Amino acid sequence: MASAYEPWNEARGAEIIAEHDKLEGATLVILHAMQEAFGYVPEPAIPMIASALSLSRAEVHGVFTFYHDFRHEPAGRHVLKLCRAEACQAAGGDALAARAEAKLGISIGNTTADSRVTLEPIYCLGLCATAPSAMLDGRVVGRLDEARIDALVAEAQR
Amino acid sequence: MKMRIFVPRDAGAIAVGADEVVAALEQAADKRGLPIEIIRNGSRGLYWLEPMVEVATVKGRVAYGPVSPADVPSLFDAMASNGPHALRLGLAEEIPWLKRQTRLTFARCGVIDPRSVKDYRDHNGYKGLERALTLTSDEILADVTASGLRGRGGAGFPTGIKWKTVAQASADRKYIVCNADEGDSGTFADRMIMEGDPFVVIEGMTIASIAVGATKGYIYIRSEYPHAVAAMNAAITAARRTGYLGEGIVGSSHNFDLEVRVGAGAYVCGEETSLLESLEGRRGIVRAKPPLPAHKGLFGRPTVINNVLSFAAIPFILDNGAKAYADCGMGRSRGTMPIQLAGNIKNGGLFEVAFGITLGELIDDVGGGTASGRPVRAVQVGGPLGAYFPRALFDTPFDYEAFAARDGLIGHGGIVVFDDSVDMAKQARFAMEFCAVESCGKCTPCRIGSTRGVETIDKIIRGERTSENLAVVEDLCNTMKFGSLCALGGFTPYPVLSALKHFREDFGPAPATLQAAE
Ligand SMILES: Cc1cc2nc3c(=O)[nH]c(=O)nc-3n(C[C@H](O)[C@H](O)[C@H](O)COP(=O)(O)O)c2cc1C
Ligand code: SF4
Ligand code: FES
Ligand code: FES
Repeated sequence: MASAYEPWNEARGAEIIAEHDKLEGATLVILHAMQEAFGYVPEPAIPMIASALSLSRAEVHGVFTFYHDFRHEPAGRHVLKLCRAEACQAAGGDALAARAEAKLGISIGNTTADSRVTLEPIYCLGLCATAPSAMLDGRVVGRLDEARIDALVAEAQR
Repeated sequence: MKMRIFVPRDAGAIAVGADEVVAALEQAADKRGLPIEIIRNGSRGLYWLEPMVEVATVKGRVAYGPVSPADVPSLFDAMASNGPHALRLGLAEEIPWLKRQTRLTFARCGVIDPRSVKDYRDHNGYKGLERALTLTSDEILADVTASGLRGRGGAGFPTGIKWKTVAQASADRKYIVCNADEGDSGTFADRMIMEGDPFVVIEGMTIASIAVGATKGYIYIRSEYPHAVAAMNAAITAARRTGYLGEGIVGSSHNFDLEVRVGAGAYVCGEETSLLESLEGRRGIVRAKPPLPAHKGLFGRPTVINNVLSFAAIPFILDNGAKAYADCGMGRSRGTMPIQLAGNIKNGGLFEVAFGITLGELIDDVGGGTASGRPVRAVQVGGPLGAYFPRALFDTPFDYEAFAARDGLIGHGGIVVFDDSVDMAKQARFAMEFCAVESCGKCTPCRIGSTRGVETIDKIIRGERTSENLAVVEDLCNTMKFGSLCALGGFTPYPVLSALKHFREDFGPAPATLQAAE
């Protein structure tokens, strides 16, 4: 699932918009589709979405910035999300998060200098009975311990 | 004869290796030249035993778990010969943890193939809808009301009353919206049922559409749940193909169709009006009520918005009668609650039981105490807006009013267990921080108060003027409680004040007179 994203391309952007612009309340659907194609929501996509949906540019920008999921710029090659919510805290998640930060040399919310790994917080993956939990590029991982987090970090660095 | 083997496709099972177990089983079958059929069921919710593999035998399904790929060769031979194995758990249905539950909503979860309409029907699926199609709207509403069902999303509002309001509203269009945002930490019941028995959610929503006269529904699923999104989409496609969604549902004159929409990582979008804003393609800013969504909801139309579990309870009620549901429970909490045991717990998972079981029974007997083996110190019930309870309150029965009477809430039924290594000042700080990060920004007490709360708790943690700063925290909590539009700002004081009240020793030296917050 590692990034095989297309570079931004206006024609492709227009195509994505055309696929969804007839839906009721399509803004989030289109933003998701943009991010799925390009790995982030490229700036030039915003006015295109606005004009297709007869919204102001500010409105679409406002939606884009409201939600934690949408990226302004490409993420690293791999995205490792660590659950930081209560059930994972109770199961020792804080120490494992610190361990991942130390191994990668970055704090949560950042990307390594070589652009390989983006480390992000996530607030509950619904895997709270097999906590602590993480998600690597869309793959869920539970029952994390030191060995398993080390293996995940190593996999993300590859 | 082909061996029929069940390995869950549930995200919780996949997270601990279910897909790898499937690959190993296929390899073992190849190697032995024995044909097998693998069914990817949902999880039965015994998560400490996942991946739990079952094989069909003449006596019923025999379970094994937790299975790792390395166990598979020996497991395969044990299954083929029905012989002994270290991981053998006996007949799945006889496992005591499962057997002592009252599974009304989760009756099929983990049993059937969640992609098969036929399997669903073979296990009493769509009987509720069939009966609903023979009833008038008023009769359906009467059943739902008589069942005593209260919304399982957190607020516990009577579902029958909500539906009736929408039924009585007149409009050109009405909507049914399923709240599958399940943002509360420690909860996963919505995810499990969507992945393990998605048709029950579709059936519940379809019955709602008949009762109120709606033709279109949305399921708003959080983006953190890609497996649930896939499962619901697959089920919707299958339901359309078999005439259970679309025009003229099962030969009736009723039209109803469904669409999945995916959230984008905002906790506040679980709040119903924020969710509706988000569905309309806007920022998830909470709307002031009134108007209620039942009058002016999605796109300004009358809208039923319910939690996944509320809809999933409906088919049982229509099929078996309101009384069968209402016969379970205590006081004004009728029926069963799918309780989720999570965090530092030995036997974590989904435990569906009639209201009335005590917190202590759930944590000590059912949950088996902590996974770490250390003493339980605190439990948070009801997600990030729920109170922390100490052992002294373990006699509290699981019931909306009993929890409220002790300044707590049951919310969506999640229980997160912490052992004695927990630092409750840190947990209180997290509650404030979470509110600050997730606030929609509309109300000052929520947006600014939570940030001030974090700063002030930081001072307390550093030992700066403890009692004055504790007073500031209490004050902030009061302002948030009474000055916030929705429960994000309004209920964040629950975890904060309960931590202070029950675990005062974690907030630095106490002057003898300081009484915990109320
Ligand atoms: C901040 C906040 C988050 C919420 N999150 C959820 C959620 O994730 N799922 C849910 O069903 N209800 C959630 N609710 C409750 C909903 O506002 C609403 O009460 C519920 O969808 C009504 O459905 P019910 O009557 O079936 O419970 C949340 C409320 C608040 C204030
Ligand atoms: S309490 Fe917070 S989340 Fe709720 S409406 Fe106000 S600012 Fe928004
Ligand atoms: S709290 Fe981490 S998966 Fe739910
Ligand atoms: S976002 Fe409205 S108060 Fe700032």
